[in-house]
Parts: sequence; structure tokens; C-alpha cells
Amino acid sequence: MSAGHVAPKSMYYMVFLALLVGTGLTVAAAFVDMGAMNNVVMLTIALIKATLVILFFMHVRWSTRLTWVVAMAGFFWLLILFGVTMGDYLTRGWIAGTLR
Amino acid sequence: MSDGHATSEHYPGPVHGRPVHAEPGYAGRSGDVHAHAPHDPRLQHHFDTMAQQAEASTLGMWVFLVTEIMFFGGLFMAYLVYRTAAPSAFQEASHHLNVVYGTLNTAILIISSLTMALGVRAAQTSAPPRTQVMWIVATMAFGAAFLGIKAIEYTEKFRDHIVPGPNFRWEGLYPRGAEMFYSLYFCMTGLHALHMVIGLGIMTWLAMTALRGRYSAAYYTPVEVAGLYWHFVDIVWIFLFPLLYLIGRHYHAA
Repeated sequence: MSAGHVAPKSMYYMVFLALLVGTGLTVAAAFVDMGAMNNVVMLTIALIKATLVILFFMHVRWSTRLTWVVAMAGFFWLLILFGVTMGDYLTRGWIAGTLR
Repeated sequence: MSDGHATSEHYPGPVHGRPVHAEPGYAGRSGDVHAHAPHDPRLQHHFDTMAQQAEASTLGMWVFLVTEIMFFGGLFMAYLVYRTAAPSAFQEASHHLNVVYGTLNTAILIISSLTMALGVRAAQTSAPPRTQVMWIVATMAFGAAFLGIKAIEYTEKFRDHIVPGPNFRWEGLYPRGAEMFYSLYFCMTGLHALHMVIGLGIMTWLAMTALRGRYSAAYYTPVEVAGLYWHFVDIVWIFLFPLLYLIGRHYHAA
């Protein structure tokens, strides 16, 4: 009932279609060898799909700013977790002179 | 409600994107708010309005979901570390997952998210209990289908001895790395499947209460909150699917 906004059914169907198209694109792209770009493409599509679900299916689009901040904080802390941990793992070889 | 802002009958709800307590009328809590309209029996005494109460529930659910993000986040972190350490092994191991099952399950979960969203909408618009229950049961059916396909996949993994443990057998180049991949595969999809099972339990309760006509535009917080949970589990799968099933698609074993 966050702001209690009732979205039209058509919007839900549009988001649903976009999610299916995104899934199709991810699968198709996975069969094309793009080197490191494969990861970028698959994660970009996954991020767009997740954003669609959060904004529309989870009504964050119509929620109060407080809900917005809390939701974003979760993903922000996730980035800190990834960033700091990989900052360690990826730079270990720099000191020893060899990887790992 | 015609303008799309469903609120409790006696009090204007939060304005788009503004916190509830910024509303006029908050200060006069004992006078204005309760004086000229009957008290909704579902309004707890520590809230001023139904809208504020609903907002608190949604916010509370999001706080829980943030802990869930960090819960799954730890596993994604482990995946990232080991995949960085053994990229070829992960590609080789991923190549053995069935991409048809994976894609099918992704589509099934997306459909279940749609039916869930429409179920929440049915409650929001005071649709008859029958309609609400229909959407919830549809969501459960697709959730169960997802778990069914997952069960088939797990069965095949056990049959082929690629479940980590003493009986793990790997014909490829990287048995150690592949075992790590499948450890993460079973942990991540297992935790996700556990969330689906819990979700089915929540949906069962939701369907039973919806059948009794408990949810309408004035009060549908349980449907909304259960929907948030269901969509979150869908989001986890949106990331699990490419990271587990698709990284080995163009891998050519030597």
C-alpha cells in the first residue's frame, strides 16, 4: 500500500514482456563468444531485469523516498562487499610479484 | 482512488514520494484524524492512519529484504572469488548444466512474478476473493513447476555423480574447480529453492485468508508484503541463471 498506487494491468504485461525478451537476449548472447564482454552483457541485462522488477512489480516506483533509500542501501552495501573483497583478492599478486 | 491513490477512507494518503508524517493532519492526531470518521478496526493504536500503517509494513519488509540481499550476497561473493581464481574450470563446469531447464525455469519464475503482481493488484482494487485466490494459486502453481524442474535437474546431477562429495566424478580438465562450481551451484540454487518452498507456504496461508475475503483496497498489506518476498526471490534467480547456466555456453573443451 506504499502510496497505494494502482498500476494499470497493461503496465504489468509490458514489464512481463520486457523480462521475457531480456531472458531471450541473455540466452542468445551467451552462445556468441564475445570474450570478457559476455559477462558485461549478461550482467547488464540481469541488472535491467532486476530494476524492472523492483520498480514496477515491487512498486518502489510509487513508494516513499524512505523505502527507496532502504532498498537502494541493500544493493549499495552489496557493492561495498564486492568492491572491498575483490580489492583484496585482485591485488594480492602485486606485492608477492606473482599471482596468488 | 480514481486518481490511482488508494487510501484509507478518512484520511488522505501519502503524496507521491513523500513520507506520511509530512502530511497535514498528523499534528492533530487525536482531534482531526479520528474525530470525523469511524476507526478502522485493523488500525493498530500506534499508527495514525491505515496508509501510515501500510507504509511501515512495506518499509519493514524492505529492511528484511536487505538482510536477504546480504544473505545471498555472501554466496555471490564466494562465487566471484572462486570464479576469478578458476575461470576456465567454471566455464567447463557450467557447460554441463542444462540450459533448456534453466531458461524454462527463468520464464516460469517471471510468469509467477506476473501472476503475483496481478494478485496484489486484485487485492488493491478490491477484486472478489475468488479472483484474488486465483492469482495466488496460479503463482503457487508456477512456483511448484519451478521446483519440479529443479528436482529433475538435481536428480540428473546425482545420477551423473557431479554432486560434490566423495562420489564426485569429473571427466573434464578441471575436476577440482568443477567441484567448487557445483558446491556453489548447490548452495546457491538450494538456498533459492528453500526460499521458494517458504514462499509456497506463505502463499498457502495467503490464499486461505484471501478466500475469506480479508483483503480489499482498504487493507491488503499481507498480499503486498508477500508479493515483495516473491519478487525478491525472482530477482535472485535473475542473477543466478546467467551466472550459473550461461557462462559455459561457448566453452569448447580441449
